[in-house]
Amino acid sequence: MASELARSIVLPEVNESSPAPRRGSGRRLWGDVWPKVAAIALILTAWQAVVWSGWQPDYVLPGPAAVFGRLAGDLGHLDFYVGVAITLRRALVGYTIAVAIGSVVGILVARVTLLRKAVGSAILGLQSMPSIAWFPLAILLFQLSERAITFVVILGAAPAIAAGLLGGVDHVQPLLVRVGRVMGATGLRLYRYVVLPAALPSFVGGLKQGWAFAWRSLMAGELLVIVNHQQSLGQRLQFARDLSDAEQLLALMIVIFVIGVVIDSLFSALDRSIRQRWGLLGGEI
Amino acid sequence: MSKVLELSEKHALSVEKLTMAFPHDGQLLLALEGTTLEVKRGELVCVVGASGSGKSTLLNVLAGLDLPSSGRAHVHGRVALMFQEAALLPWLTAAGNVELALELRGVKAAHRRELAHELLRRVHLEGFEKRRPHELSGGMKQRVALARALAQDADVLLMDEPFAALDAITRDLLHEELERIWNESRLTILFVTHNAREAVRLGDRVLVFTSRPGRVAQEVKVELPRPRSLDSPELAVIAGRITDRLKHEMNSRGE
Repeated sequence: MASELARSIVLPEVNESSPAPRRGSGRRLWGDVWPKVAAIALILTAWQAVVWSGWQPDYVLPGPAAVFGRLAGDLGHLDFYVGVAITLRRALVGYTIAVAIGSVVGILVARVTLLRKAVGSAILGLQSMPSIAWFPLAILLFQLSERAITFVVILGAAPAIAAGLLGGVDHVQPLLVRVGRVMGATGLRLYRYVVLPAALPSFVGGLKQGWAFAWRSLMAGELLVIVNHQQSLGQRLQFARDLSDAEQLLALMIVIFVIGVVIDSLFSALDRSIRQRWGLLGGEI
Repeated sequence: MSKVLELSEKHALSVEKLTMAFPHDGQLLLALEGTTLEVKRGELVCVVGASGSGKSTLLNVLAGLDLPSSGRAHVHGRVALMFQEAALLPWLTAAGNVELALELRGVKAAHRRELAHELLRRVHLEGFEKRRPHELSGGMKQRVALARALAQDADVLLMDEPFAALDAITRDLLHEELERIWNESRLTILFVTHNAREAVRLGDRVLVFTSRPGRVAQEVKVELPRPRSLDSPELAVIAGRITDRLKHEMNSRGE
């Protein structure tokens, strides 16, 4: 009786998803930017403090001013951009192949029970294999060539991409699969219309992680595998060390870091837009 | 031959000695045992039972999602199934969800959009076509799910406690809506619920299920004129009797 009564006085439905009031975009941008600016300022200060402490001589650990001066000088040279282009081209080629291989392997392993039993755990294991451990083999197979680098980039990135897709397929809500089947989607059509779209957020997570692995493998490769007439970022880094040119070395490290961060933020933006469409964002924190 | 024809013309759905057993903790658990029932074409039949009476199992078998352990469950024609949750695909808009059902049914691309909009109009969701599921309230989501089920152009609509998670007023409105659509289309509907008043509100007949294993314990013909009000005393009397029977069923099993 009491529960009947309680049920009959429930309030009418209210659309709970009315968008949160938007702050001004200028203020929001500033809100996103200032913590980062503060963090950078803090790191530069600490760096400068270590330099001033005299722990290492200037030619081993130069201060921020010298390094950024050198970086500004690099940015004025065509050579520098050629180096960045070579590195990015390698990353793009290796990563693209890794995405193709990772996706196909991910779908096959998800679909074929026997394959899953055979290599499902191996894929996860491959992810934890340090990519640098592949280089001796890669050099034996492909000599000191760009193919050796590409080989390792693919081996670094593909398992993460396959694992992302596999995880996404495994965690599709069973109810959605049932809905698809009731609507008459079976076999491949079920995959095309329900399972793969549902796996998208996890797949994007795998793409992002795959990129991180690809970028690391590429840098390791460029340090180890010196290809003639190809002054890539990693190769310049190695030369700077050989010449004990600490300013150059640090300037290049900053470039490598910034490229990694920029591309990572592209993946984050993609991830965010998907979550927004799906209504998976938990409001502003 | 003529008898089969006669049967298929009269009945939209028939279940014969259906038994469904699931392995559970090393032994077989009977969800349904020897369940037999028939639903005539154009009829709206409600199944009411406590939880664990195998109601959902029955619908899953009828929808072809599960295979029965023994016995027969047959639906004449196409079947659609609505769940307690709307289960809309979160990456598609309201119209997109309906269009997908149309596409899977084989409707040509050129007609899909128009048809989807018309179906959403039928469930009073005009203007919400481009909303995504998370932008809709619970009641609106179930309306989209209803439009999607209608998009399948099914002969039989199976509904598994579709309004159980909604508040009373929304549920009331959806009862009216469902009744109107059923009147217009003469769909056959098998509606599962644990709420006796909802069953009497909607059903031409109410089948009371026993608890685990489930089978039909009692059949109640509801002859109150439509549209019925959930709050009418006549309805309450019938629902009260059904509730008593359900309690009796549960007590006899020591629950």
